[in-house]
Amino acid sequence: MLIAPQLSYSLLAPILIVLGGALLGVLVEAVMKKGSRAAIQTAIALGTLVLSFAFLWKIHGQSSKTAAVNSVSIDGVGIFLQGTILILSFIAVLFIADTDNFAAQASAVPGSEDERASVLAGKQQTEIFPLTLFAVSGMLLFPIASDLITLFVALEVLSLPLYLMAGLSRRRRLLSQEAALKYFLLGAFSSAFFLFGAAFLYGYSGSMSLDGIASAISANSSNDVFLLIGIAFLSVGLLFKIGAVPFHSWTPDVYQGAPTPITGFMAACTKIAAMGATLRIFYVAFGQAEWQWKPIILVIAILTMVVGGIAAIAQRDVKRMLAFSSIAHAGFLLAAVLALNTDGLKGALFYLATYGFTTLGAFGIITLVRDSSGEVTDLNRWVGLGKKSPLAASIFTLFLLSFAGIPLTSGFIAKFSLFTGAYESGNTVVVVVGVLTSAITAFFYLRVVVMLFFTDPKNDSVSVVIPSFMTRAAIAVCALVTIVLGVAPSLLLDTAQTFATFIR
Amino acid sequence: MDISNYLYLSAILFTIGAVGVVLRRNAIVVFMCVELMLNAANLAFVTFSRVNGDLVGQVASFFTMVVAACEVVVGLAIIVTMYRSRRSASIDDASLLKR
Repeated sequence: MLIAPQLSYSLLAPILIVLGGALLGVLVEAVMKKGSRAAIQTAIALGTLVLSFAFLWKIHGQSSKTAAVNSVSIDGVGIFLQGTILILSFIAVLFIADTDNFAAQASAVPGSEDERASVLAGKQQTEIFPLTLFAVSGMLLFPIASDLITLFVALEVLSLPLYLMAGLSRRRRLLSQEAALKYFLLGAFSSAFFLFGAAFLYGYSGSMSLDGIASAISANSSNDVFLLIGIAFLSVGLLFKIGAVPFHSWTPDVYQGAPTPITGFMAACTKIAAMGATLRIFYVAFGQAEWQWKPIILVIAILTMVVGGIAAIAQRDVKRMLAFSSIAHAGFLLAAVLALNTDGLKGALFYLATYGFTTLGAFGIITLVRDSSGEVTDLNRWVGLGKKSPLAASIFTLFLLSFAGIPLTSGFIAKFSLFTGAYESGNTVVVVVGVLTSAITAFFYLRVVVMLFFTDPKNDSVSVVIPSFMTRAAIAVCALVTIVLGVAPSLLLDTAQTFATFIR
Repeated sequence: MDISNYLYLSAILFTIGAVGVVLRRNAIVVFMCVELMLNAANLAFVTFSRVNGDLVGQVASFFTMVVAACEVVVGLAIIVTMYRSRRSASIDDASLLKR
């Protein structure tokens, strides 16, 4: 007789709710009138995320379980990251819902009569909301997936909507479409590597689960070549997603071309999901084989920090600058992979959460700086913004200081706890390079601060638009979290400490 | 027949695909090369499934096929949009973002 597998729906509820909300959003697209869609979609998206968080809250106490026939692990790290992703996507939806950021009609050729007509009619593609929810469901699954098939499916579920969302900008549509094409082709390329690596790990261990791979490594009875091929190819796929050098080349282009709220969403939530999965795979599956991958990951971490830090200095576009800064942050986070201890894990969790808030807030400010033709991202035209709008410039400065890791911002505590973990495990090299590159990156953040405040504004039409209530609230929350976690880090650090466990 | 030959074939297909992605300039051909890489991974999955004597690898290859189909939907949508606005599917023409 066939016995149906036990799925434990209550543990999967957060993901299923988000998926349900996304499907509801698709239905709304089909049956509602154009004019009322945006408001309804916003309500559905926000409601879904809140509901999902409520269900996550219910299971946060009874952590460390597996569900769906061991294909997902609901443990401390998983729940912490899921919660972070849900809160950050809630804020991202506030930005997405705010203004006219998205194409009036994505199918219309840029510059055509069709496009002009749909802009005049005040249309906007509201499919962005269900797409966001689909991406969020993939992001919720990715860090808790504990077998190779689930990991691959989650990776695609989170990536595919993002490829489309990157191409839906309202203005500068050619750039946006180009970003979507690059993101898609390189993303598909890297997931092929991920899959090929997964096939060889299966061949090595005879099992799909991370646990099974770990025990095959400790038993050390199979062909080591398969293991090496598996680790190498799987890592390429993961490192691409977190944007580590030398797999980072898509990051600046996509960050620049995509609509700014989507860039923020991508920068914050994708990085958390991908880093969560990376940590799980390296801690749980590859932990025993550290002598085989540590030297290479060490080199990649150092390269990522240095290239991200130095390339950022040369950028003239604000979004590209933040893209390179996100590459440098990916390098810092790889220090936690190298650490392989609870302190490193705790540091990484705290780092991901604070980095997410800061990034979302920074991209939120970028959506506000505009001239008559849309957002202004050229750094040279941001000169003297502090005189035109002291508040926006000060908040942006706060975010930059947090990126740089200046004390009294959350970024300082995050770097400190991350590097403490890496140092305790004996990875002195990565800590030294990390601290040095922090100093380099601090230079270019401070250069921007000087440009904002201590240079006279040029006489052009750049101004800071008055944000809507939702954007104001979202930026305020991001700024508040950045300060509070800098002054009183124990609020979150203790939580991260309790949640910093994987089950095997 | 030695089962490792299937793995060699899989590795060769994967390499052809990867080289194609890097060298070809037409977005659709690049995308077809990615599909070739996915199929190479599938062949490896099925081979290992045979070696290990279980069905897990074969199940994995079904998942891959479904995901690849989804990728085609999204990918062709993006490539067609691109072609409509530029009248070209060459990835060399998509260079506005380079500085």
